[in-house]
Amino acid sequence: MLQPLVSLDGLTVAFNGVKVLDGISLSVGRGEAVGLVGESGSGKSVTWLAALGLLPKTSAVSGSVKLEGTEILGASPSTMDRVRGGRVAMIFQDPASALNPVLTIRRQVGESLALHRGLSGAAIHAEARRLLDLVGIPDAERRLSAYPHEFSGGQNQRIMIAMALAGNPDLLIADEPTTALDATIQAQILELIRRVRRETGMAIVLISHDLGVVAENCDRVAVMYAGRVVEEAPSAELFDDPRHPYAHGLIGSLPPIDGPRRRLTAIAGTVPDPKAMPQGCAFAPRCVHAAALCGTKPPRLRAVGENRRVACVIDQPVRATDIIGQAAE
Amino acid sequence: MTAPLLSVDRLVRTYRMRAGMFGRPREVCAVDGVTLKINRGETLGLVGESGSGKSTTGRLVLGLENPDAGSVAFNGRRLPAMDTTEWRASRARMQMIFQDPLGALDRRLPIAAQVREPLDIHAVGDEALRTARVEELMRSVRLSDDVGQRYPHELSGGQRQRAVLARALATKPDFLVCDEPVSALDVSIQAQVVNLLIDLQAELDLTMLFISHDLRVVRQISRRVAVMYLGRVVELGSADDLFVSPQHPYTRALVSASPTPGARRGERIVLSGDPPNPAAKPAGCAFHPRCPSAFARCRTDAPALVEVAPDRSVACHLTGPESHATVALGAVA
Amino acid sequence: MARYFAIRIGRAMITIALVVTFAFVVLRLSGDPALIIMGPEAPPEVIAAFRKAWGLDDPLWMQYFDYFGAIAKGELGRSMRDGRPAIALVLERIPATLALTIPALLLKLAIGIPGGIFAALHRGSLIDRAVMIGAVAGFTVPSFVLGLVLVLIFAVQLGWLPSGGQETWRHAILPIVTLGIGGAAVLARFTRSAMLEVLGQPYIRTASAKGVSWRAVVLAHALPNAAIPTVTIIGFMVGTLIAGAVVVESVFSWPGVGRLLVVAVANRDLAVVQCILLLVAATMVTSNLIVDFLYGFLDPRLRNREAAGAH
Repeated sequence: MLQPLVSLDGLTVAFNGVKVLDGISLSVGRGEAVGLVGESGSGKSVTWLAALGLLPKTSAVSGSVKLEGTEILGASPSTMDRVRGGRVAMIFQDPASALNPVLTIRRQVGESLALHRGLSGAAIHAEARRLLDLVGIPDAERRLSAYPHEFSGGQNQRIMIAMALAGNPDLLIADEPTTALDATIQAQILELIRRVRRETGMAIVLISHDLGVVAENCDRVAVMYAGRVVEEAPSAELFDDPRHPYAHGLIGSLPPIDGPRRRLTAIAGTVPDPKAMPQGCAFAPRCVHAAALCGTKPPRLRAVGENRRVACVIDQPVRATDIIGQAAE
Repeated sequence: MTAPLLSVDRLVRTYRMRAGMFGRPREVCAVDGVTLKINRGETLGLVGESGSGKSTTGRLVLGLENPDAGSVAFNGRRLPAMDTTEWRASRARMQMIFQDPLGALDRRLPIAAQVREPLDIHAVGDEALRTARVEELMRSVRLSDDVGQRYPHELSGGQRQRAVLARALATKPDFLVCDEPVSALDVSIQAQVVNLLIDLQAELDLTMLFISHDLRVVRQISRRVAVMYLGRVVELGSADDLFVSPQHPYTRALVSASPTPGARRGERIVLSGDPPNPAAKPAGCAFHPRCPSAFARCRTDAPALVEVAPDRSVACHLTGPESHATVALGAVA
Repeated sequence: MARYFAIRIGRAMITIALVVTFAFVVLRLSGDPALIIMGPEAPPEVIAAFRKAWGLDDPLWMQYFDYFGAIAKGELGRSMRDGRPAIALVLERIPATLALTIPALLLKLAIGIPGGIFAALHRGSLIDRAVMIGAVAGFTVPSFVLGLVLVLIFAVQLGWLPSGGQETWRHAILPIVTLGIGGAAVLARFTRSAMLEVLGQPYIRTASAKGVSWRAVVLAHALPNAAIPTVTIIGFMVGTLIAGAVVVESVFSWPGVGRLLVVAVANRDLAVVQCILLLVAATMVTSNLIVDFLYGFLDPRLRNREAAGAH
C-alpha cells in the first residue's frame, strides 16, 4: 500500500473552547486531485490552515498530520517554514488582496525562490521570469517590476500560482481559487492548474463550495458538514449516487443546466452554531431520514463499497431519486 | 398579443471617469444600445460577467439612473423623471433586491418595521391593514413570526434575503428586478430562495428581471435569457434552448465555463486574453479579441442583434443572415 | 506631476494666508496694543502718538493690505516693544526651541513606534495592555500638568534636575521628556492599530503560507505597509517642531519661540505674532507636502494612477 503524501487523522480544532473541526481524517496520495466541498461553517479551509500551522496561536489544534509518514503537527517553526511553500503550497481566494501591495512581483516570487530553492541574484530574476511565462503572464520581463494593483484579478491568481510553484511543492492546496473571478477567467485558471498538474505531477486539494468545479477537476471528493467529513468517494460515483443525505441534498440543490427543470432540493433549516452543536449527528436536525439512533452519538466514517466512506448510520443506500424532487421546506 | 410590461429601446449609459486626479477624462460606456422586452408574468434572465453592464441595465430599467440615450417604457408609458412625485409613486409598482441583504437592511430597525416601511411611505390602507399585511408578507416568504422582532444581524443570510424580498413585495409591485440575489448565499440556501422566488412569481403574477452571473440559477428561474458582453446584448433566446445550443461564441464559452457534475457536454472552451475593460472597448465587435472564431470583418463592424431562429437572436457576423453558409459550431478563422 | 505640486503649493499658500488673516483680525479686535505696551498710566498723547506711529488708527482693511504689501516686499514688520525687526526676534529664538523639539521628536519615535509594534505583535497580552494604558495616560494628561508633576518629583522632591531656565544641558531634560511623552503615547497607539490592521490582511497569511519566517513577515511584509499611515502622524509631528512647545516653554521658562509667542500675544505685539504664525503655518504646510510626496514612495498604488485606473 503506497504511503499517502499527506494524511490527516483525527484533526480537531477549537477556537476559544468552541470546536470547529471534529476529528477530520483525510489522505492525499502523490499526484492525486482531491476535492473538498462544503458550505460555510463546514471547516474546509480551517482543515488545511490547521494542517499547515497557519491558525493563530490562540487556537487549539490536536490530532495528527503526516507528511510522507513524518508528523508535522506541532513541529518547530523552522520545520514548518520549510514545509510551507517547499513541500505544501497554498493559494487563496481573492488574489487581489492576497498579494502584498507594496512589494514588486519579482520580490514576492523571488522570496519563495530564495527560501526553498536557494537561488539568489540573477538566477532569481531568470527563474521568476520563467515561472511567469509558465503561468501565462504576457511580457513577463517587464512585468516583474510591476506591483499587484497593476494586474487584473485573473492575472493576480496566476501570479499566486507562480509563487506557489516556485518552491517546487509536492502538494498544492487551492482554497476557493476561482470564487472571486468571472466564469471565463475561472475556466482559464482551472485549465492552468490542470496543465501544471499534468506537467509536474503535483497533487492538489481543491477546496470549493462549487460542486461543478470540484466534480470536473478532482479524482476524489470529500464532503464536509459542520466540521466533519460526511462522505468521501471517487468524483463520478459521488455525483451519480450520493449516499449521505447532506451530500444528496447538496447535489440536488444544483439547478440543472439542461434537461427538465425540477424543483430544487432545499434542505430545511441552517447549519448549526458551533457553540451549540447537536449531540449525535450534526445533520440530524435537518435530515428527512433521521431516526432515534442519529441523536445519540456522531456517526463514524465507515467504508461503503471499495473506495467510499460515509458517516451515516442509515444502512440501506439512499437512492438519488428518493430525495431529489422532495421540496423539504 | 398583449404589449410587454417592460420595453427597453436602444438604451445607452456612459460614465465619465478620470484616471487619478489629473488623468484625461475617459468615457466608459457601460450600456451600449440595449433593446429588451419583458412580457407580463415572465422572467427575463440577464447574464454576463463583470463589465457587461448588466447591473447598470437593471438600474436603468427601474429608473434609478437616467439613460444618456434610448428609452424605458413601463406599462406602455415612459418612466417618469427621477425624483419627481410620479417617480416616487412608481416605486410602488417596481422594486429591486440586491446581492448583499445585510447592506440593504437598516441595522437599527427590527425586521417587521422595515417590511412595513413601504406601506407607510405610500400610505397604503390604515394601521390595522398594514399590520395584517406585514404578517401576510412574512408568511409568504416563509419567515416565522418571531423573526419580525429581530434585527438583521441576528438573522442568517437566507433569512435576510427573504426579509428584503418581503419588503420589496409590500406594495404588490408588478415588476421586480433581482440583481445577483443569491450569489452571496450558500448553495443549499440559494435553492431555498430560488424556489421561493419561483413560487412567488406564480402566486403574484410577478414580472422579473433576474440578473446573475450564474448560468444554472438563471436557467432555473427564467423563461428567456439575454447574454450581455461589454454593454451589448450578444444573444437572446429561451432559457431551455440557449444553454443547450448556444450560438454566440461568448455564450458557448460561458456555458463551457460553467462546470456541471456528470459528463461534460461539448468540447471545453477556454477563452484567451484578459477580461474586458469597459474603458477600452475594442472597435467592431467588442468580443473579437478573445473570440476563437473571429475574422476580418469582426474587427471593423459591430454586429447587430438579429433574429436567426424563432425565439433566438444573436449578434454575430458568423450567424448573421448573410453568412448562413458558414454557420457551424466552431468555425475557425 | 508638476501640475499636481503646483496645485498643492497654491493650496498651501491659501492656508497660510488664512491663518495670518485670522490672527490679524482677532488680535486687533481684542485689545489695544498701545495701552498694553505703554501701560495704563501713560498720558493720552503718548498713546495717541504710539497709535499713529504704528498705523493703528487706519481702518482695518488698510492695515491688512499694508501688511500683505509689506510681506510681498519681504518686510515682516517690527516689534512694537523694542522696534527691532520681528523676523530677527523670531529667528534668534528658534535654536532654543529646536533644542527641545528635535530631541523630543526623536524620543517620540524611539519610544512610540517600537512600543506600538510590540503591543501589536503581542496583542491581548499583559504587555499590550500595559502599553495601551500607559499610552492613554500619556496623551490625556495635559502637558503643563505633566511638566509640573515632573518638576515636583525631580526638581523639588529629589532635587536631581533644575526646574527652569536654560543654563545647562540638564535644564533641557525635563522639558524634552514632557514634550516627548505625549507624542510617544499618540504614536504608540497609532502604530499599534496600523500594525494590527496590516497583520489582519490576507497577504500576511500568504507570506506565512510561503514559508517566510515570522520575523521576516513582520519586517519585510507588515512594516512597509504599516509605515504608510504612520508617516502621516510623524509628518504632523514634524510640522509642530516650531510651535509645539508653547506650553512646555512657559512651564519651564525656556526662552524659545513659544515663550516669545505668549508674551507677544499678551502684549498685542502684532508684527511678532503674525511673523511667528506665518512661520508655523509654513512649517506645517511644508511638512504636509513632504508627507504627500513620501506617500508616493511608500505606496506604489499612488504612484502611477493612470495604470491603476486602467483596471
